[in-house]
Amino acid sequence: MARVVVDVMLKPEILDPQGQAVANALPRLGVSDVASVRIGRRVEIDFSGEADLDRAKEIADKLLANPVIEDYTVRVEQ
Amino acid sequence: MTSVELDFDTVGHAVATPAEEQPYAELGLQADEYQRIRQILGRRPTQSELAMYSIMWSEHCSYKSSKVHLKQFVEKKPASDRMLAGIGENAGVIAITDQIAVTFKVESHNHPSYVEPYQGAATGVGGIVRDILAMGARPVAVMDPLRFGAADHPDTARVLPGVVAGVGGYGNCLGLPNIGGEVVFDPSYQGNPLVNALCVGVLPADRLQRKEADGPGNIVVLMGAKTGRDGIGGVSVLASATFDEGSEQRRPSVQVGDPFTEKLLIESCLELYNSDLIVGVQDLGGAGLTCALTETSASAGTGMDIQLEKVPLREPSMTPHEVLASESQERMLLIVEPAKLNAVLGIAQLWGVLATPIGVVTAPDAGESAGRLRITWHGETVVDVPPGSLVDDGPVYARPLKEPNDLPLLQADRAETLPKPTTGDDLRATVLRMVASPNLCDKSWVTEQYDRYVLGNTVLAQPEDAGLIRLDENSGLGIAISLDGNSRYARLDPYAGAQLALAEAYRNVAVTGADPVAVTNCLNFGSPEDPAVMWQFAEAVRGLADGCLELGIPVTGGNVSFYNQTGAAAIHPTPIVGVLGVHQDVTQRVPMGFSQAGDLVYVLGETRNELSGSEWAWVEHEHLGGTPPQVDLAGERRLGDAIAQAAERGLIRTAHDLSDGGLAQALAESCLRKGFGATIELPAEWSAGSQPFVFLFSESTGRALVAVPPGHEMAFTALCEERQIPLTRLGTVADEGAELTVSGQFALPLDELREAWSATLPKLFGSTIASNVVQED
Repeated sequence: MARVVVDVMLKPEILDPQGQAVANALPRLGVSDVASVRIGRRVEIDFSGEADLDRAKEIADKLLANPVIEDYTVRVEQ
Repeated sequence: MTSVELDFDTVGHAVATPAEEQPYAELGLQADEYQRIRQILGRRPTQSELAMYSIMWSEHCSYKSSKVHLKQFVEKKPASDRMLAGIGENAGVIAITDQIAVTFKVESHNHPSYVEPYQGAATGVGGIVRDILAMGARPVAVMDPLRFGAADHPDTARVLPGVVAGVGGYGNCLGLPNIGGEVVFDPSYQGNPLVNALCVGVLPADRLQRKEADGPGNIVVLMGAKTGRDGIGGVSVLASATFDEGSEQRRPSVQVGDPFTEKLLIESCLELYNSDLIVGVQDLGGAGLTCALTETSASAGTGMDIQLEKVPLREPSMTPHEVLASESQERMLLIVEPAKLNAVLGIAQLWGVLATPIGVVTAPDAGESAGRLRITWHGETVVDVPPGSLVDDGPVYARPLKEPNDLPLLQADRAETLPKPTTGDDLRATVLRMVASPNLCDKSWVTEQYDRYVLGNTVLAQPEDAGLIRLDENSGLGIAISLDGNSRYARLDPYAGAQLALAEAYRNVAVTGADPVAVTNCLNFGSPEDPAVMWQFAEAVRGLADGCLELGIPVTGGNVSFYNQTGAAAIHPTPIVGVLGVHQDVTQRVPMGFSQAGDLVYVLGETRNELSGSEWAWVEHEHLGGTPPQVDLAGERRLGDAIAQAAERGLIRTAHDLSDGGLAQALAESCLRKGFGATIELPAEWSAGSQPFVFLFSESTGRALVAVPPGHEMAFTALCEERQIPLTRLGTVADEGAELTVSGQFALPLDELREAWSATLPKLFGSTIASNVVQED
């Protein structure tokens, strides 16, 4: 199967309230050695033929990520 | 500065390097403004100081182009014994009773909402909520007037859903009802949508908070979210001037809001107010810490010593000027007596909100009348300025004004001469097309995404004429608010356009039975450097100030948004006016929808042949020209008074204001609201040729559609005649599910009318969740 994985993350300078909520909850579970948490999303795209990174990039740029506040990376899953 | 090379600029370094070139022009400062800063400081400013001056002397913060005009709101202010705080404060405060006060204000968040619609709109709501909170009030409702480009333009499909979701997302998470607003489409907003947000809050009159940083020795506390590189786009040139590599990571970034932090901030602030633990409070909005530090100290005449490295940072690599310029959301600045510091920090901790002492208030130096703001960064002084020089001594411009060249031609091109429907069939088709047009159609696609009833005090919300909330469960005391603006009228005549916006908001509040008492405004215009735009602005302000004086209700505050344009093309001048009214008992409110068959239908006010600037001229002919409808503020006052009296005496069951789309639109909305038909007889003088059309679509002001229960017509007629309000009997409310019939012209089944009215927005922006059925194949 020709799978491309797209990882979308908020840009580093953008506030991530969700990640912050998790980071704030960890000490209540007794985890005290975590400095920060950032949450993004992983999207798996299965191509019917060859894995096409350029096409995956296009999909990510147009639909999966908001390039104003998010970065994304694409890679072929082995 | 010999030992180590610092990666930031200090006062000592600035003294030693007077000739160093600074990017003041890129920061938006003029050469003479930069020279003024050097004169004030007696040296070149440090990077941090330059950033602070460039922000505080910007149009957005200093009102440098609008100041000379806005003072009319104070000079022409009608006498009012209700005003507890006015222009210059975070928001105006109005006494409702001896014990209860309300505060309300509308602000713009236009440019951020174009770049990133969801977060731009969300943080717009968050910002205005903190303004209200800073006055000592509990925020209780929000409203949002929105303007977008043509409804069918592809970019509107990008911007509108994001903006609506952002307004809803932030407000709903805070638990604030969204009780009204507007959604208007016009091609002039293509590339520059308007996202204005209003918040209203309630406070015990004796809990009013001040922003003054009084009392040398008092502690300056920053409370709320950590500070990051949010919205520091403007001053990023300073960063790129210093750091070449990695500047990609430092480019202008949008602010992201966190409504749950804001909710905690609201609750902790209210607890601090109730426990009487603070001396002063200021919200952090545009211009962030820079604005809050300088305004609180300048207004008290004090100074401050701030240790900037104590500010909790989201990104440790931030430089001092970035910390000072950051627009990170959900932060407040508190001034606290040392003895009460622990109690304040304790309450913040209880609510899970960060609170950090970052400095102290200082007295003026010997021989000086005002204090100095000194800011250090890890022991090095990076700022040493008189705070008043940033707040009060900014540049003031009396910019050139010039009537737009095309205005005489535009005004000569009247819509009254356009071809009009003359037959019943044409008229019927026109009504259906008009109710389906984007500006007149059903807005529930938008309002369904907002929580309108949370907190349980909403009495009326969209699509009613005004939002109405209850303040006191026992007495039924309440307030009604409406926001209105018609930019086509303002384009044709900005003086009249501003007054028409005022008149409409006044009328919308009055038809619910409320007594209008105060005004707020958001003035959205193009570039002030364009004399034609500046003329429009000056005329609109003059019109609004004169109008408020005539109606006897003061402007309590507002906001100016300039530079709303795409390239050289400015938006239509868009003064948005909000009016707040008081209900002694909300159970006496007057709703808009027909609700009882047999009620007698009247239109109050005089109908004239006024179609210029109308919705019909735009929708059917793409025509904008002529002069807007005649303004009659004395008539509006009489109308409002008559409806309030009639409501109190139980003489009317429903009332609906006539505005965009005229009588036809008002009839359609009053019928569709609760599904009752109506049978209308045209007055004899309006029954021939194109006259029925004019009667139905003219946008003459000072009019309202009312339904009077049978038996009350004599008393109601007498009440109107007493006040010299023209009154025309139109017909009766028909049965539930009956048709809207205009005798001799057409009959429209309500289903057909509703289908046309409600299909438009879902067709443009996708179906709502409820009707979104996935098709399996």
